[in-house]
Amino acid sequence: MADVVDVLRSEVAATAKEAGERGALVRGLGRSYGDAAQNGGGLVLRLQGSASDAVLDPAAGLVTVGAGASLDDLMRVVVPRGWFVPVTPGTRFVTIGGAIASDIHGKNHHVDGSFANHVEQITLLLADGSTATVSPTDDAELFWATFGGMGLTGIVLSATIRLLRIETSRMSVDTQRVGDLDTLFATMSEGDEAHRYSVAWIDLAAKGRHLGRSALTRGDHARLDELPLRLQADPLAYGPRQLLSVPPLVPRPGVLNHVTVAAFNEFWFRKTPRSRVGEIQSIGSYFHPLDMVGDWNRLYGRPGLVQYQCVVPFGQEDVMRRIIEQLSAAGVASFLAVLKRFGAANPAPLSFPQPGWTLALDMPASGPGLGTLLHRLDTMVLDAGGRNYFAKDAHTTPETVRRGYPRLAEWQAVRRRVDPLQVWQSDLGRRLLLAAD
Amino acid sequence: MQNAFGQPQTITVLGGTSEIGVAIARALVSPVTRSIVLACRDIGRGEEVAASLRDGKVAVDVVHFDAADTGTHATVVESIAAKHGDLDVVVLAFGQLGDAEAVAVDPEAAAALTHVNMTGGVSASIAVANRLRRQGHGSLVVLSSVAGERVRKANFVYGATKAGLDGFAQGLGDHLDGSGARVLVVRPGFVHSKMTTSMKAAPFATTPEAVATVTVRALHSGRRVVWAPGIVRWVFMVLRHLPGPVWRRLPLG
Repeated sequence: MADVVDVLRSEVAATAKEAGERGALVRGLGRSYGDAAQNGGGLVLRLQGSASDAVLDPAAGLVTVGAGASLDDLMRVVVPRGWFVPVTPGTRFVTIGGAIASDIHGKNHHVDGSFANHVEQITLLLADGSTATVSPTDDAELFWATFGGMGLTGIVLSATIRLLRIETSRMSVDTQRVGDLDTLFATMSEGDEAHRYSVAWIDLAAKGRHLGRSALTRGDHARLDELPLRLQADPLAYGPRQLLSVPPLVPRPGVLNHVTVAAFNEFWFRKTPRSRVGEIQSIGSYFHPLDMVGDWNRLYGRPGLVQYQCVVPFGQEDVMRRIIEQLSAAGVASFLAVLKRFGAANPAPLSFPQPGWTLALDMPASGPGLGTLLHRLDTMVLDAGGRNYFAKDAHTTPETVRRGYPRLAEWQAVRRRVDPLQVWQSDLGRRLLLAAD
Repeated sequence: MQNAFGQPQTITVLGGTSEIGVAIARALVSPVTRSIVLACRDIGRGEEVAASLRDGKVAVDVVHFDAADTGTHATVVESIAAKHGDLDVVVLAFGQLGDAEAVAVDPEAAAALTHVNMTGGVSASIAVANRLRRQGHGSLVVLSSVAGERVRKANFVYGATKAGLDGFAQGLGDHLDGSGARVLVVRPGFVHSKMTTSMKAAPFATTPEAVATVTVRALHSGRRVVWAPGIVRWVFMVLRHLPGPVWRRLPLG
């Protein structure tokens, strides 16, 4: 456990000084799946913030916002004005600081890259108490080390982000059922470039010739003329809501097991239209379906859930197939497994995305057996030249990280420069010996 | 750090030549395990055990530890953490059975046994707990015994030390609530081991490996007390409530 303290941006520096031998770390909304924002025995600062003081420069398409604001906060400010965040993950409930620390990606990575690609500059609180504003031209090393640096280079106080111009707050979405994995690889390889957003939901319970059957959804921001007339009156209307919430009454072992998940997946696959083009959907239902269900993680019961996300380079489709086969054969009860194609990597040494196929899945934290299975998958991923995502990691080893991130030493050199006394620490950092070499 | 599946990176056994302690360490080893530390009085025997644990992936370290020398406990624990990092799982496995007939009548022998099992156990546990509290996570596994559940006349000094240690360890676990650190009390029944080779096996006798399996499962599910095998919990629930005259007449070795 750690001491968790809520702080305003103006108080961060003074509070961080109180860190003892176990150091300090900033936590955003605490939605990381693993121990990235935990700091056992140390100090955890929760940076408060909203987008109410965000400064929008419509001429340049830039917004400067405090790092404690969430993407949800920011979208509520910018979407009605005709702008969209450049990258959004599967939930709006991540802070700007968290988005930077994990260098998050979205369904548009194959076209737009990850979060770092859209940030002009960031202001950091450094370990010595000073602040620094860095950009790709001003202390580029520190700028890039902070993206994917998991909060261990300094506390992001604010960021200037390039926004995307949109005509409407709706998405035009093409959906199709895909019967097996090979067809999925082929379909995505051919058609993804024509869309800004693309992702496939995979039924991990399917086996044999149905292995990898999936629902592929590809979308673009809808143009005004694509909207039905009743929506054209207020094309930028935006007010995502939570539809329901999971009560704290779920039985201890949770309700997601192999039987319920297989049934859900069957239903979901059947419900998916064979092929549908140009359906108009809201931003919330296209990007953030899980955000409509509050406290959905309760469905996993007391043991909770773990995430796994890896990427393997293009050309290693057979490795991805074997990974999916092993997960399917092990009866891993995942109702949320997604496959997508990554585009080019950026210069950040610890940024996760690299060109290739990425698989992400939720699963019940069943026990040590699953840990050992994931370790086996890690080996396959590394042998194929791929790697794991820190923001999702809850199981791997320092050796795996060193093989997957060969530029770790570069990052460590920056870290030694800006934090020689190891003020910024986390459980993830200690577990994976990130700062240790 | 333990990962999300409760797989520890470091495993420490105080009483590093204890068969049950080593069996628990062996059962906890996973692909993420970095080091096992065997802390024991007899370095030579410790090295033999270490050799049987080394598989090329996990570093096994043997360090000197004397349960009776309570003044050194804090230093030993800190030096292990300094060398190997956070203590994820620590197994307190040392303990002597003693010569039941001798300790029943010899004050010095009884005091010596009590010093190792009880005083040493309390001292070492507190040294470990201080470290776990500071790091904000970690589990201490304390090997108790059913002998402490209701102390038998046949080995009442040993039974009393286990009763004391058991009560202490439960209280320590409660005291650590909210710190992130935990204590698991393991109460094995009769275990076939070098400590019991000269004894007649009791009903529901078990093995170090079986105790280890139960312990690993209990660590994962976050229990505070576990019996091995599970059935001895119900046996002792009955024995515990027997009227004294009946209890004293039972042929319990």
